[in-house]
Amino acid sequence: MDNNGWNDFEIGAMLRSFDGAVSDIATTLQEDRPYSKANSFTASVADWRIEKPVFNKDYCIDCQFCWIYCPDISIISRDKKMVGVDYDHCKGCGICVEVCPTNPKSLLMFSEQEDEDKALAGWPEKEKKEK
Amino acid sequence: MADKMELREVEVWDGNMAASQALRQVQIDVVAAYPITPSTPIVENYGSYLANGYVDGEFVMVESEHAAMSGCIGAAAAGGRVATATSSQGFALMVETLYQASGMRLPIVLNVVNRALAAPLNVNGDHSDMYLGRDSGWIQFDAYNPQHAYDLNFIAFKVAEDHEIRLPAMVHQDGFLTSHTAQGVKTIDDDTAYNFVGEFQPMNDMLDLDHPVTHGVQTEEDWHFEHKARQHNDLMTKVFPKIEAAFDDFEKLTGRRYNIVETYNMEDADAAVVCMGTSVETAIEVSNEMRGEGKKVGVIGIRVIRPWPHAQIEEALKGIKAIGALDRSSPNGTFGMLYNELAGTVVNSAERKVLTNYVYGLGGRDLTKVHVREIFAELLANAEAGKPTTPLQQLIGVRGPKISFH
Repeated sequence: MDNNGWNDFEIGAMLRSFDGAVSDIATTLQEDRPYSKANSFTASVADWRIEKPVFNKDYCIDCQFCWIYCPDISIISRDKKMVGVDYDHCKGCGICVEVCPTNPKSLLMFSEQEDEDKALAGWPEKEKKEK
Repeated sequence: MADKMELREVEVWDGNMAASQALRQVQIDVVAAYPITPSTPIVENYGSYLANGYVDGEFVMVESEHAAMSGCIGAAAAGGRVATATSSQGFALMVETLYQASGMRLPIVLNVVNRALAAPLNVNGDHSDMYLGRDSGWIQFDAYNPQHAYDLNFIAFKVAEDHEIRLPAMVHQDGFLTSHTAQGVKTIDDDTAYNFVGEFQPMNDMLDLDHPVTHGVQTEEDWHFEHKARQHNDLMTKVFPKIEAAFDDFEKLTGRRYNIVETYNMEDADAAVVCMGTSVETAIEVSNEMRGEGKKVGVIGIRVIRPWPHAQIEEALKGIKAIGALDRSSPNGTFGMLYNELAGTVVNSAERKVLTNYVYGLGGRDLTKVHVREIFAELLANAEAGKPTTPLQQLIGVRGPKISFH
């Protein structure tokens, strides 16, 4: 597809999400969907992210807030258990961190270059409520 | 199921009524509109047909012409037969979305009732808005009278919706001179008219949930050029054969013949004017009179402005010695569009032709028979001399000292 000439594609700058017909797509997990090559699911569209959310499963209560609020479907959750972040599609907006209700938060923003183990090692302590 | 309307064989309709009746007969699914003079009655009439049960469709009243065409684009991408109408400033506000519609290959039909562009504000007819749309990737048909406005709508849908074409089309008519002047219009009965265009055949429609598609994608330097090249190629090579076929079918159905380039009194002519809209009919009348006086003058009417009918015009101009390009739009700093397009068409022909430019009729100023007679006289002098005997560009019918350039 990458090197197709002007006469080699369908008209209308229109892209098909899937190869062939699909049915019941809403209940099919992303990894099981027949995404076409044109679909951005198979491409990394996050290379301009400068801050990334890092997930710490030690504090997560699987409330699914981040999964619901993520505008780019970049929170991976299976059977209502938080799995992690899809870094090929996450733009680093920080909404997941904002809505995370745990103390300390289970998602925090770090510089894109930050090592994940280092980030987890330096995770903040639980904040005490002021009386 | 929509009710049928009984039409007389000949109805007394103005251009707006004729166009709106055609929209009713092809059973438009969605009209999104923001009415503007002089095209208002087209969408107003559609709304009334809808309210009275003569159309199964939706009328979407929006907040601007930009939104009107955007609504049409959405409805067309969803998979419906879609049309609207506009003029002048409204057309100008639509321009951004016109390119979206053609690039997305959505077969929308836009009735443009030609009107001058402000400032100064003016509601009357000239071709400024029509010219503004000429690079937008749409097919552009031009009607010279209400009958054409009626007939060309059917042609426009048939060509635009063809799956090998899938390009939007404009049907132009002159503001007030055509849109508000009632004439006898030969009608087609509802079933015959609908069957001529046929049932809408969706293509890559968004409501086909088994085959989801993304419309309105972004491409950068890696893909944009290929899409534009494809669109240009289809305009240049695929549209004319389909228009010819539609004109042939329409003639078989109604006896009325249309041509991509209309020619009148062109056999053995020495001089010809090339013009559009109602001016074609004025020029034909003068040409007939002057033929009676032994003057070899003819008229070329452009029926399809985009794609530009290069080969057809080249053929029509064979043997012609002097051509007058009549532009009803202020070129604002260059030659008129028709002059430039015709120059591009004739410059490589073996015969020497003298080409001059007349700018006329801005803001609805009349083009009189006296004007056309004077133009023909000058063109015949050019033909005789084999070179221009007048300035290359003249403004005619304007008060004050003679104004001409080059």
